[in-house]
Amino acid sequence: MNLEKVIFAFFSILALTLNYGFFIGELDDPTHHNVYELFAALIVSLIATIMKFGDRAHIGALLLATSLVADLQLIAAALVWGYVVYVAESPLEPSVMSSIVSLSGGALLANLTSVILLVVETVTFRR
Amino acid sequence: MHTVISLLLRRMRLPLIVLITTYAVSVLGLTLIPGVDDQGNPWRMDFFHATYFVSFLGSTIGFGEIPYPFTGAQRMWTTFTIYAAVVSWLYAIGTILTVIQDQGFRRVLAFSSFTRKVRRMQEPFYIVCGYGDASRLLVRELSERCIHCVVIEKDGEKILDLAVEDLPDYVPGLSEDATNSDTLIAAGLKRPNCRGVIALTGDDHSNLTIAITSKLLAPDIQVICQSDSKDSAANMASFGTDHIIDPFEIFASRFAMMFHSPSMHLVYEWMTAVYGAPLSDFKRPPTGSWVLCGFGRFGKAVREYIAIEGVKTRLIEAEPEATGAPLDTVEGRGTEANTLLDAGIQDAVGVIAGTDNDANNLSILITARYLNPGLFTVVRQNQQKKAPIFKAADIGLIMQPGTLVAQNILGLILSPLLGDFFRLTRDQNEEWANVLVSRIAGVVAEVTPETWELEISVLQAPAVYNRQRRGHKVQLKDICSNPKDRSKLLPCVPLLIKRDSMDMLLPDMEEHLQNGDRILFCGRQDASSRLRYIINDHQALDYIQTGIDHPRGTVWRWIRSA
Repeated sequence: MNLEKVIFAFFSILALTLNYGFFIGELDDPTHHNVYELFAALIVSLIATIMKFGDRAHIGALLLATSLVADLQLIAAALVWGYVVYVAESPLEPSVMSSIVSLSGGALLANLTSVILLVVETVTFRR
Repeated sequence: MHTVISLLLRRMRLPLIVLITTYAVSVLGLTLIPGVDDQGNPWRMDFFHATYFVSFLGSTIGFGEIPYPFTGAQRMWTTFTIYAAVVSWLYAIGTILTVIQDQGFRRVLAFSSFTRKVRRMQEPFYIVCGYGDASRLLVRELSERCIHCVVIEKDGEKILDLAVEDLPDYVPGLSEDATNSDTLIAAGLKRPNCRGVIALTGDDHSNLTIAITSKLLAPDIQVICQSDSKDSAANMASFGTDHIIDPFEIFASRFAMMFHSPSMHLVYEWMTAVYGAPLSDFKRPPTGSWVLCGFGRFGKAVREYIAIEGVKTRLIEAEPEATGAPLDTVEGRGTEANTLLDAGIQDAVGVIAGTDNDANNLSILITARYLNPGLFTVVRQNQQKKAPIFKAADIGLIMQPGTLVAQNILGLILSPLLGDFFRLTRDQNEEWANVLVSRIAGVVAEVTPETWELEISVLQAPAVYNRQRRGHKVQLKDICSNPKDRSKLLPCVPLLIKRDSMDMLLPDMEEHLQNGDRILFCGRQDASSRLRYIINDHQALDYIQTGIDHPRGTVWRWIRSA
């Protein structure tokens, strides 16, 4: 057992599950989407990205790319949320909430790809 | 570059994770701890404000407690946050600094920046392996002539020398082992604009490895190697090394040439001299008995060559058995008067100080001269930096291996025809050389002549090509005339015309030029640029052939003709 691989897989999958937890629910209902969950998803996703730094294998580069996409989507979602509430100072309209959640949906897809790649790598790993 | 970034990122993994975790915990804590707003109502900080607060706190800017004054619990959490953020920042910055100062990282950085510089080179260049005396001189001469090169040297100190050397052209250097094929590839071995590899590492085996690697990876490029022994020279030649330079062999053959044809020796000397060197004098060493100190590679080569000229040598050698010296060899270093006397210095006509130690060589010279003031002296100078001392010693002939190697390689690079020229001169006699020497001395003033090559082709000589196409004949003297005054010739001597398989040594000035001719010239440097001007400029060639300076523009031509 390789401890590095365990930690790596842990963060990748945790990023996916947290993301899913935030995403699930009625698309435009703010009560279904907790801000803490988005925060946790973003932080874990960032840590997962850093874990993938410096891997020069081809699959490592792919993992890094998907992870960066997830980060970008989640940061965009957080920025939209912050902008609407604190800069535009308007309440969370269903239209705003749906765009935040759909952004996180994109991140979910990226995280899913990341985990699929991880599984592929593990399956093809022979020693 | 990829290696550098990935190396940096890999080392930054943990510090970055620590940083993100610290920030995340701090932000989360602030959003969870209950506070009160300005009206005293319970209030909780939102993510936006918490992130804002931790960001300025972490960078120790500190704008104060916003948006409302903090409660005791919030202040306690903030205190923790301050220390945690400062420590994690110190850790991250410390790691970056450690990585940057790391020897391995610096090496990777130097390697990748060298690779990038080589990749950016668009013009033809040479790879010089090793940066000793010979390479230093060669690199300087090449860069003065705007020929690019890159240097690989194992010793990092020497690469620093290259960096501080004030060269007219930028020469990238890398401190790596040139026998490693990766290093050679990084230096541009496989690039289409790489012209050649020059192996001057000072070690025959390394040179051999470089030659093999180069010939295998890039069969079409020129490989020039220094070799100090016949064995490795034969080995290098066996797989197609283009040129093998043995400084001792070259010196010995030139020195032997001085005995029977000093003028021919002068021709050789001048043709391969460094840029702007003073014109050397005519010297003829006396035939008689010579004393040779040191029977190493140098001594063996000299003895062998001058024996052909009928010159007898008495040897002095410190280790006669180890070097395989003949039986009548005097054992000793030659620095003491008694060994020199034993070898018969008082009846000798000349002394050759050929050990591999410069101090000993000078000592031999001074002692020998003291015992017999009329001696012709030949001294081997091993290190270039001792040149001022050797110059001051007023020596008949100094042998500098580095200079010899650099000059010969330079000749091969600048004018490949020079090799053909030297091959043809071997069949000529001393009188022929005498005439040539006086002709060359007539055109160059005080410094040694430059040699250069021209090709009569559409691209290199459009003016000549154009006139020939219109049915005019162009003679050699036409392109050698002064474009300002056609009655005068330029200060140059055409040495050789190579036409198909025919070689014309010292061609006649009336010779008609043909397309595809390659011509070797020697002369003053300004003649070279004038010559290039003539073969490129229709007007200039027109004037030289007809004596009429035709107007250039259409309007003037029309006015003149009207």
